[in-house]
Amino acid sequence: MSSRQLDARNLLCPLPVIRTQDSVVDLQPGDTLQILCTDPGVIHDIPAWCRVHGHEVCNVEQQDDEIIITIRVGESG
Amino acid sequence: MECNGIRAAFQSKHPGFRFASSRLLYLVIAFVMTEPRKAVALISGGLDSLLATRVVMDQGVHVEGINFFTGFCVEGHTHAIRKQDRAKPKRNNALWVAEQLGIKLHIIDIIDDYKDVVINPKHGYGANLNPCLDCKIFMVGKAREWIEATGFDFIITGEVIGQRPMSQRKDTMPVVSRESGADDLLVRPLCARNLPATLPEREGWLDRERLHDFSGRSRKPQMALARQYGFEDYAQPAGGCCFLTDKQYAVKLTDLWQTRGSRKYDLDDIMLLKVGRHLRPRPHFKLIIGREEGENRFMEGYRKRFVHMLPLSHSGPLVLLDGAPEPADLELAARLTARFSQGRDAQQVTVQVTDKDGGSQTLEVAPLPASEIPADWYI
Repeated sequence: MSSRQLDARNLLCPLPVIRTQDSVVDLQPGDTLQILCTDPGVIHDIPAWCRVHGHEVCNVEQQDDEIIITIRVGESG
Repeated sequence: MECNGIRAAFQSKHPGFRFASSRLLYLVIAFVMTEPRKAVALISGGLDSLLATRVVMDQGVHVEGINFFTGFCVEGHTHAIRKQDRAKPKRNNALWVAEQLGIKLHIIDIIDDYKDVVINPKHGYGANLNPCLDCKIFMVGKAREWIEATGFDFIITGEVIGQRPMSQRKDTMPVVSRESGADDLLVRPLCARNLPATLPEREGWLDRERLHDFSGRSRKPQMALARQYGFEDYAQPAGGCCFLTDKQYAVKLTDLWQTRGSRKYDLDDIMLLKVGRHLRPRPHFKLIIGREEGENRFMEGYRKRFVHMLPLSHSGPLVLLDGAPEPADLELAARLTARFSQGRDAQQVTVQVTDKDGGSQTLEVAPLPASEIPADWYI
């Protein structure tokens, strides 16, 4: 299992979702991806994208204007 | 498809192969009969593509969604920028539709490829800078490339004859099929019975009688179908989803092209056209003035690329100077900045001016009275 980080700060939705989607292509089921964002839209959009693709949202953390979302890649990803 | 047809189709793909027995042929037939056909649906997030997809899913077809991001899409980022919009639900409608349908959604960044559609539309613009027919051709063409790469069988759109004045007319819908290269792999389930049968209908992958014959601008048939399926909280049908249909946005984009002397743009350009007041007091520069805290915060991310101004003595907006302002222009720009600050009625306002390499100075200026701002400065 590997862990990666994606810097999607200063990108507005849906670009953080698109970058997440592009990153997950290179990951294996069980791998985790930590996504750094600033657009509050990601709090809704990344979990929604995960739900339709079968990935798991492990954690959503908000620090001032920065949002950190950690996801685990699912089997059907 | 009868046994001999399946035998011939299989052998055309695998020359030299011979079915050793009827049993093997029947196994292949059983596989062909049980493997669901696969379609990709263009999901905008609106009602029509939601319904069109559901209609096809009801016939046992495996459907996945595709949504294109051009940079001109209205939802999402605009909600995120303005503080006053932050209280509103910030869902991505295309993802919401995918969740309602229980399908995967692939969001594709087409920002760069889409520029040629906006700049050189073969079929021209609509009421503003909206190249709707070229846009539809381009997106269906991209979907065709996608199904070729992924092994899907056909494409679904939520188009309805007569629904839109440019891209969804009886005479332009065949143009979309033809020029996108999708031809008869493009199915419009909401109005299919008003159009010639497509390959999926002729092959029996779809039962034409269970597709629809909607036409015209009325939304009543779609709303009735939505009720039948139990869809309630869908995006409002009348809502535009593209800034290029917006008159004011088109004026700003035209101004950008005219003053730069070329019809080019990058993502930052078209994002900044969505925020702030834009005032052009001189041909060689304009001011982008944040209207509230959310816009100021968004513009903060751009300030190092522009000469920018900020009132110090009073609260007020961040102002970006786009273009090539000369030193003699700075006082006018500072007076305009002061005009849109809390110090608009003060005798004097202190404005900080920062250039692109970070050097800054302060100017003491009198706010420009509203009566001295010609209406044609506002873009």
